[in-house]
Amino acid sequence: MLFYFFGALAVIASLLVIAQRNPVYSVLLLITSFGALSGLYVLLDAPFAAAIQIIVYAGAIMVLFLFVVMLLNTPHEDTDADEKTHPMLRPGPMRFGAAMAVALLGELAWALSRSGPTSTFSNTPVTSLSAIGYTLFTDYAFQFEVTSVLILVAMVGAVLMARREDQPGEKR
Amino acid sequence: MFSVISNNSFVIAQVGIAAVVWFLLQISAAVMVYFERKVCAWLQQRVGPNRVGKAGLLQPIADVVKLLFKEELRPAAADPLLFALAPIISATAAFAAFAVVPFGGSTTLFGLLSEPLPLHVADVNVAVLVVFAITSMGVYGIVLAGWSSNSKYSLLGALRSSAQMISYELSYGMALAAVLVLANSMSLREIVNAQSGSLLGIPQFRWFVFLNPLGFLIFFIAGIAETNRAPFDFPEAEQELVAGYHTEYSSMSFGMFFLAEYINMVTVSAVTTDLFLGGWWFPGVPESLGWLVFLFKISVLLFFYLWMRWSLPRYRYDQLMSFGWKVMLPASVLNVIATAAAVLYFGL
Repeated sequence: MLFYFFGALAVIASLLVIAQRNPVYSVLLLITSFGALSGLYVLLDAPFAAAIQIIVYAGAIMVLFLFVVMLLNTPHEDTDADEKTHPMLRPGPMRFGAAMAVALLGELAWALSRSGPTSTFSNTPVTSLSAIGYTLFTDYAFQFEVTSVLILVAMVGAVLMARREDQPGEKR
Repeated sequence: MFSVISNNSFVIAQVGIAAVVWFLLQISAAVMVYFERKVCAWLQQRVGPNRVGKAGLLQPIADVVKLLFKEELRPAAADPLLFALAPIISATAAFAAFAVVPFGGSTTLFGLLSEPLPLHVADVNVAVLVVFAITSMGVYGIVLAGWSSNSKYSLLGALRSSAQMISYELSYGMALAAVLVLANSMSLREIVNAQSGSLLGIPQFRWFVFLNPLGFLIFFIAGIAETNRAPFDFPEAEQELVAGYHTEYSSMSFGMFFLAEYINMVTVSAVTTDLFLGGWWFPGVPESLGWLVFLFKISVLLFFYLWMRWSLPRYRYDQLMSFGWKVMLPASVLNVIATAAAVLYFGL
């Protein structure tokens, strides 16, 4: 029962995200969708994942999204003006996009048809925090470290891009 | 049959606790407003509110009545839906966060109940994270209020608040992590009970504030920044931003922001008490009277909040940012590493 409630909420909110003209509303609906997903995690006996979902996605990342949207301050998309002039809305790119969408749909259908009800996950749910930490730092240590290096690279890139060119003591 | 009845009384007691907590949080906001004005007056060598009731004790009621009966105004250019939603988000997040905070050991309330009742609304095994998650939702109230008002003061206040909250949330979480390492649990009740051991021969005195003083300091400072209190009250810096994010709000929707601010202070103090100050444990006080100890500890922390607000000037915004990122964050990371090492090698 609750599953259908949260599931429907997530799907409807996600659909409304792309139906909004106002980006701030899109951000809020995305947060709603994340909240519904977090509810699903609780139903799956994974309260830790649920809390992390809220803290990381809804609490931190979406605040940054909202921040950027507010700073850009584009209350409404000028769809009418963009309709004719936007390069992505000419027939060529649109056909490409349609082909990609069909490919994605096909892949999803294929993936769903292959995974039966007996999935490969073990029946013992890893819910306790120490178990999650242990798995993360032993079985998935390599993936974990690679991800952190990726984030580090992104951080260095952001610092590099934000740095002003005309710093004193530097070559122009 | 008997078990059903006792179960029922347990459910009734749980609902009762939820209602009492909800009511007390509202009352606490009123009491805090009164003491805010009184403490301010004492620090400035004035008398403070003294007209309504004895020693001005009915002043909060007069304030609430005034707020309720004022006209509700909305700027013509504001976004109507979000303008109405923002204070609701703030107040809801403030109330909801307290739901997972335990505020006393098991008690029969001086023999009123047949079975001891643990004093909390909900005992969640990741309570620490839930508090953190809900308070991080509260920032949306402020950000949306600032954006939907369509006023530059409000927008600047909202931008400042989101930048500030993101910056200090990191050290807040890191200070939290050190406590989790010490207690080896994420349940606030278990964290409190982990502090009931003896320290230096004094029973019920193994508070984490003594084991991890730096963590306490970081957590407390970050908590002040999270609740947007002075000296970190940038989102509403009166001298620069009129009133910051709630400049355009009036009547009860302003009241809800006001309520949220004070309830957030109470929640942060309660969480600090649970995490560092031994919760309801005090040497020589039995667990059944723990909630009184808890109230006392919260009151001390809240008084400290008021004391700070009326003693310290506001930081400059760039000072706030460099302090948050260059002092607080490295210190909190070092604190986590040191705590973890100490737990591993000395088995604290």
